[in-house]
Amino acid sequence: MSGMSDPFSFNAGAVESSYVGNLGEAFRRYGEQDEEVLLISPDLGAGPVTGAFVQQFPERFIDAGIAECNAMSMAAGMATYGYKVFVLQMGAFGALKCAEQIRTDIAFSRVPVRILSAWSGLAMGFFGTTHHALEDIAITRAIPGLTVLAPADDNAASAMLAASEQVAGPVFIRLTDANVNPVYDAPPEVRIGRFGRVRDGSDGTIIGTGLGAQLAVGAADLLAAEGLSIRVLDAYSLKPLDEDAIVLAARETGALLTVEEHLVTGGLGSAVGEVLARNALPTKFSIHGLPDETLTVGMPDELYVHYGLTIEETARRMRVLLAGKC
Amino acid sequence: MKVTTVTQSDENDGDASKAQIELPRFRPVTASALHERARQLRLDILEVISHAPMGHYSSSLSCAEILVTLYHHVLRLRRSDPDWQDRDRFLLGKGHVAVALWPLFAELDFFPQAWLQTFGQLGSKLTDHPDMHRAPGVDFSSGSLGHNLSVGLGMALAARRRQRDHRIYVLLGDGEIHEGQVWEAAMAAAHYKAANLVAIVDANGSCADGPTESVMGIEPLAERFASFGWHSLEVDGHDAATLMGAFAQASQCVDKPVCIVARTLKGKGISFMEASPREWHLGALNGADLERARQEIREAE
Repeated sequence: MSGMSDPFSFNAGAVESSYVGNLGEAFRRYGEQDEEVLLISPDLGAGPVTGAFVQQFPERFIDAGIAECNAMSMAAGMATYGYKVFVLQMGAFGALKCAEQIRTDIAFSRVPVRILSAWSGLAMGFFGTTHHALEDIAITRAIPGLTVLAPADDNAASAMLAASEQVAGPVFIRLTDANVNPVYDAPPEVRIGRFGRVRDGSDGTIIGTGLGAQLAVGAADLLAAEGLSIRVLDAYSLKPLDEDAIVLAARETGALLTVEEHLVTGGLGSAVGEVLARNALPTKFSIHGLPDETLTVGMPDELYVHYGLTIEETARRMRVLLAGKC
Repeated sequence: MKVTTVTQSDENDGDASKAQIELPRFRPVTASALHERARQLRLDILEVISHAPMGHYSSSLSCAEILVTLYHHVLRLRRSDPDWQDRDRFLLGKGHVAVALWPLFAELDFFPQAWLQTFGQLGSKLTDHPDMHRAPGVDFSSGSLGHNLSVGLGMALAARRRQRDHRIYVLLGDGEIHEGQVWEAAMAAAHYKAANLVAIVDANGSCADGPTESVMGIEPLAERFASFGWHSLEVDGHDAATLMGAFAQASQCVDKPVCIVARTLKGKGISFMEASPREWHLGALNGADLERARQEIREAE
């Protein structure tokens, strides 16, 4: 990163960002191994996710300027020439602003574009409600032909760069900036359409995506100390969804709690609820996410506490669920 | 940059069994022959739409000379081989006139003539807006106005990176350029000096709500593209000789993208459509009206 401007590095009061960890280096290395990898970004390429790549391969970076929709459609055109085109977008201005370009030019056209949706959820909460990115799971999972992945942490994100090649069509990768309780010590095995079972258990299951997976693991560890055996599923593959794992967890553990840094409308919780309803499973079920309202602003760590996206609150909700009170 | 990826179609380059005759760029043709082609295309448009409940008449008729000049003179293509890797690309930004492409594609043996009779029917490969996964010959889908110049720019940059000499043509409607994304793409194309990208604006002067200038003013169009860093031309879009000259000039430009503003008439060739182009943006010709329309096209000078 030396010599690169980093528009998203803060000084005092900075939240710890997983992006300055392994992902930037993983992307650089991925690009080094495969010269078909290109990057398009609307004035974000020099930042921590792709700055190392851009510095080493400036001729493989196309800066679209601050024109997100043009960036998406250009990526679709470039991908018709067989390139592995990555688009780095800020969460709030990716799926939401470019939903139609993603659907029409990328998904319907079945071109191999990989969208890296960075600073998702509340990561940019300091900057105002305009910068919340909390509808993107709902939007992207409604688009036929699009694969939607949401790594739990930095190591998982690194693993998903190469794993996206399991898919011939386009992939949307929702990157979390949260580093509350990393799930993986090393890049995990990624199987598209599967969840990762990161804790086994029989008393109940917490299914988390992104930050939610970090909170799920922490909560399960807290509850284990209380004698509860909680299964944790890392829902990194949101589309296709691991329906088998959801059904199995419902049958074997009888209680499901979902956790996500996303609105409770249309996200992971909704997706899991659809599976339970389709399979008519009599399961205790609760969705933990952000309320369907215009949220307040603040630094991410403060917002997580304010809205209960913490390990303690996740554990509390699981206790309540198991007690049959919700 | 080292080029490594070559798509499979390269391996088939020597296969002559399907009469895949290469059609070179700027192949010899007279302007009067192109005018005859345009006349035939207009008749074909009426015929193809007659199989469907409705169709886009007036905005198809405005670009007939532009399309025949491209497909019978300008574009490097290979007959019977719509996926040929080294073809020039054509994108129909104003996707609602796909009905004007289908007869041209059938003639190039991209698909059987019989498909033309399925236009607009349930499950047809020939849709009202072109779909790259349904109809052979469609280089990219369109239907949402304002996207294709961006897609074409992506193709132009990718072709250059692959060291291919492909040229990318995008036909825009003059109403389409109300879309902000067109100007994002225009800015980026000039920034990246995409000299292998040519935009043609079918400036037929009419939108759904009325004359384009009254709906949302776009003039001076050629100057606007020039101010965005494009080489800009303004021509009579119904004069084949002029169009041939404009495309030849565009191909000589080496340092910037080219925009050809083609002044056209919406509904060109059918008097009652020229007189009320909005009424015939979308419609269905029947009986005596259809026969009268055919007659006027046949008898036009």
